[in-house]
Amino acid sequence: MIHVAKLARLALSDAEIDQFTTQLGAILEHAARVAALDTGDVPPTAHPIPLANVLRPDEPGPSLPRDVVLGMAPAAEDGRFRVPRILADDE
Amino acid sequence: MSAGTDGLTGRTAAELAALVAGGEVSAVEVTDAHLARIEALDGQVRSFLCVRPEVARSAAAAVDAARAAGEVLGPLAGVPVAVKDMFCTTDLPTTAGSRILEGWQPPYDSTAVSRLRAAGAVVIGKTNLDEFAMGSSTENSGFFPTANPWDLTRVPGGSSGGSAAAVAAGFAPLALGTDTGGSIRQPAALCGVVGLRPTYGRVSRYGIVAYASSLDQAGPFATTVADTARLLEAMWGHDRLDSTSIPSAPEAVLAGLDAGVAGLRVGVVEELAGVEGIQPEVRSAVDAAGTLFEKAGAVVDTVSVPSVEYGLSAYYIIAPAEASSNLARYDGVRYGLRAPAGEVAQMNALTREAGFGTEVKRRIMLGTYALSAGYYDAYYGQAQRVRTLIIRDFSRAYERFDVLLAPTSPTTAFELGAKTADPLAMYLSDVCTIPTNLTGACAISVPAGLDGAGLPVGVQVLAPALGEAVLFRAARALEAGFAFTARPALAGVSG
Amino acid sequence: MTEVRTGWETVIGLEVHCELATETKMFCSCPNDFGAEPNTHVCPTCLGLPGSLPVLNERAVEFALRVGEALHCAVPTESIFHRKNYFYPDMPKNYQVSQYDEPVCGNGWLMIGDKRIGIERAHLEEDAGKTSHMGGGGGGRVHGAEHSLVDYNRAGVPLLEIVSKPDLRSPDEARAYVAELRSVLEAIGVSDVKMEEGSLRVDANISLRPAGSETLGTRAEIKNMNSLRSLARALEYEAERQAEVLESGGTVVQETRHWDEEAGRTHSLRSKEESHDYRYFPEPDLVPLQPSDEWRERVRAAMPELPSARKARLMEAWGISDVDASVLVATAGLADYAEAAVAAGGGASGRDVTNWVTGDLLAHLKESGRTPSALALPAAGLAELVKLVADGTLSRPLAKEVLSAALAGENGGSPAAIVAARGLAQVSDEGALAAAVQAVLDAHPAEVERYRAGDDKARKKLRGFFMGTVMAAMKGKGNPGVLNRLLDEALPG
Repeated sequence: MIHVAKLARLALSDAEIDQFTTQLGAILEHAARVAALDTGDVPPTAHPIPLANVLRPDEPGPSLPRDVVLGMAPAAEDGRFRVPRILADDE
Repeated sequence: MSAGTDGLTGRTAAELAALVAGGEVSAVEVTDAHLARIEALDGQVRSFLCVRPEVARSAAAAVDAARAAGEVLGPLAGVPVAVKDMFCTTDLPTTAGSRILEGWQPPYDSTAVSRLRAAGAVVIGKTNLDEFAMGSSTENSGFFPTANPWDLTRVPGGSSGGSAAAVAAGFAPLALGTDTGGSIRQPAALCGVVGLRPTYGRVSRYGIVAYASSLDQAGPFATTVADTARLLEAMWGHDRLDSTSIPSAPEAVLAGLDAGVAGLRVGVVEELAGVEGIQPEVRSAVDAAGTLFEKAGAVVDTVSVPSVEYGLSAYYIIAPAEASSNLARYDGVRYGLRAPAGEVAQMNALTREAGFGTEVKRRIMLGTYALSAGYYDAYYGQAQRVRTLIIRDFSRAYERFDVLLAPTSPTTAFELGAKTADPLAMYLSDVCTIPTNLTGACAISVPAGLDGAGLPVGVQVLAPALGEAVLFRAARALEAGFAFTARPALAGVSG
Repeated sequence: MTEVRTGWETVIGLEVHCELATETKMFCSCPNDFGAEPNTHVCPTCLGLPGSLPVLNERAVEFALRVGEALHCAVPTESIFHRKNYFYPDMPKNYQVSQYDEPVCGNGWLMIGDKRIGIERAHLEEDAGKTSHMGGGGGGRVHGAEHSLVDYNRAGVPLLEIVSKPDLRSPDEARAYVAELRSVLEAIGVSDVKMEEGSLRVDANISLRPAGSETLGTRAEIKNMNSLRSLARALEYEAERQAEVLESGGTVVQETRHWDEEAGRTHSLRSKEESHDYRYFPEPDLVPLQPSDEWRERVRAAMPELPSARKARLMEAWGISDVDASVLVATAGLADYAEAAVAAGGGASGRDVTNWVTGDLLAHLKESGRTPSALALPAAGLAELVKLVADGTLSRPLAKEVLSAALAGENGGSPAAIVAARGLAQVSDEGALAAAVQAVLDAHPAEVERYRAGDDKARKKLRGFFMGTVMAAMKGKGNPGVLNRLLDEALPG
């Protein structure tokens, strides 16, 4: 659960971890009925309505004005979005 | 349909559009009447997250100006529409019912809203919802719950509870919602209004905050089947900005509405009509619907669609999985809430912890788990295969039947707080609606009557993908048969 | 090249990311432009705003099909996109739309010289934005920075990732592979493949195994090699490092390592375990790609001549060496220029043109940084120069002078005009030359006497002296061939 929380970038409290572990356990048990079904050669459905080859011509269109883009930012500097330091992979 | 004391609220969209087009009343007057009603009564219902009177008035004034200039008016000119706060609007904030997007102003309109505006509709406000459309009662809203106008101690359903309640309370004749697992149909049933989940790909998803991409679909609420069709026709059709949008132009449905159901083959879905925990009045409403169909000349029989039993489980793997990915973008970097932290990963985590409610976090955890290494095949992969089984089962049913009949929700509106402690119990509310989302087909909820406690009961008609025309015909026949015209009596104002 | 310690075989596979030269991004219509002001080429889709959706760029697919054709790849009837989920500030959606197990191009191959290097696959994906690390004296590196700034102009730019099979056996082979691949990608017009601008990026997987073994050893992934030279250096270093580890009884750790160009070594990026769980699942916002046979046929029909084919053709047609032909195709536009010169008429031979182009002209290109099409001396002009030398009007040494002048734009870059203006036309008139020879001999009787009496060695030296003096008197314009013959006739013995 803690590992999953890290993957999902959620800073869960201990209480939440406990609660979710129980609840998710129950839901997954319910879902286990699905897991038990024999679906041998059945293909998965990723799209309910079959479409293919939806393409767009390579023609430029308008971009958003930068002041609008950065106007949404919690923090901006020098025309860019500002974030706190990024830990290097080996830190 | 009795109109409010002002003569304008409580009318159908068709009536209002005619009044405005005919010059008998101005769009501003129509908007003002509805704004006044909202002002007077929404304090009790709390269906809206955001109403900006001046914004609505200005849109209405534009319609009046167009009319005065002799321009051709759109089919919904001057008609107020309440919009679920999942749809991006450039003139009103869009929060998805979440603190993480509190106050966020999109720089673009969703296609659905653009098309409604082009049809002359006036967006009267953004309605409340379960946060990120995750829920069946609107109690998961990051802001406050919405009450059912029929009984303020009860839920309006969810996740589009605000939109359903707004239409039921007469705050707008039309509303937009989204339906990923039943989030239009179930609140429609609980609030006594009509709610449609169109075929996947009929209405553009561009500009609608994503919950579960392969299941989400935008759809209309109204008090009549005809109005529902009207709203649908104003916004559906191919959108090149949505790759999953159906390319072919949709056929007209409003025109053929009253063609009748003689010879129509109707199948009552056994597994859903007899679902565990179904309220007796709901069961009898389905039976009554069958009888109505027969009287109107349809052929009614029962049909078994065995794999619907697995729909709930498959849904509660697929939807959270897709959601866990769709909601990853809310990280405090580019917009929305940001929690302070010295390091970015921590900032992300603290922001999400503070901005997301419990249900959202629960589903993100569930979804992340289902997709994670070692579990993908057993959960997500398997759920997508089960999805195929369900599609096949329905295809078999549709060989023998034109439409299917089922309850919309196993129960009428439950009390606020009744199911919040047990997520699994809440999920079970969706058992009748989920299969349609998994198959990508269309389905509609039509009000049948009231139960012993005076709460609305809805019945659900299902049709195959792209079957809106036959669906609407069938729904119209039921509407005519049930002749449900009751409206909630909100304290303080008559009508 | 450093030899790896004997007994070990180096096994290398390369992942090359190529930025596609489309007008717009992969999934939206924002311009695909290098060097624009930060965050001016973004829209709801590439910024990942709530509610935004992707729509696939047709030209990106066209380019992928071209690459598939050039690398002899199998193109499956259907390919789909997947989401690769991970958090990083340069990722607007915190997932990258990529392709996982159903890529647009499958198995193929690329020849480097006589060796066939297998291609595992080529797939489409979107690029991330750019982060700049600020403050903390970190020198722009992420270590020790205080905060970072993000520009999303690059987010959504189309990339094609080309993965080789682990068929490369040395850093030199790896380098040759990238050079050849780069040349192919440039020839088919899908990318401007500039490693220094990041439109071509290479990551390497390298492992060692005992010579003769069939099983693969544990590999390390090397990143941050920004030039062909870096690539070779990094792989040489890494092979050595792994050999040392293995020979001292240790095991190579499967990890990602960062090449430090300044320090000349790789160091470990011990990534946290969870960053590897990308939780791939099919992208629900996109539909499958099923390239039709017609489309593939159109791509095939429109394929330009690939570098290897062009090399072979020029070698055959002009009788030039493999080395020279390789130089011609390796520089963008150079072979075009040479062929244009030959085609310009006037009888300039492929051989002669090649000598000039791969010699003086190439040197000028490198120094000036120009491209062949931007030279002041057009291809037809080079042909003119070659002709002037061939017909004896211009001596080779003077021709070099004329070439430099033409390249500098003198007299509009026309060799004929320069020759005329400077009066450089070679004198071949026998009478004039004979008189000049005689004049020099008459002026140096002592040297003539020493020539008569001298041995071969002395004669050779004096011969040089006479030739030089005559040439000087002729201001370099004497036809050397004629002069040599006249000297032979005029000198004793």
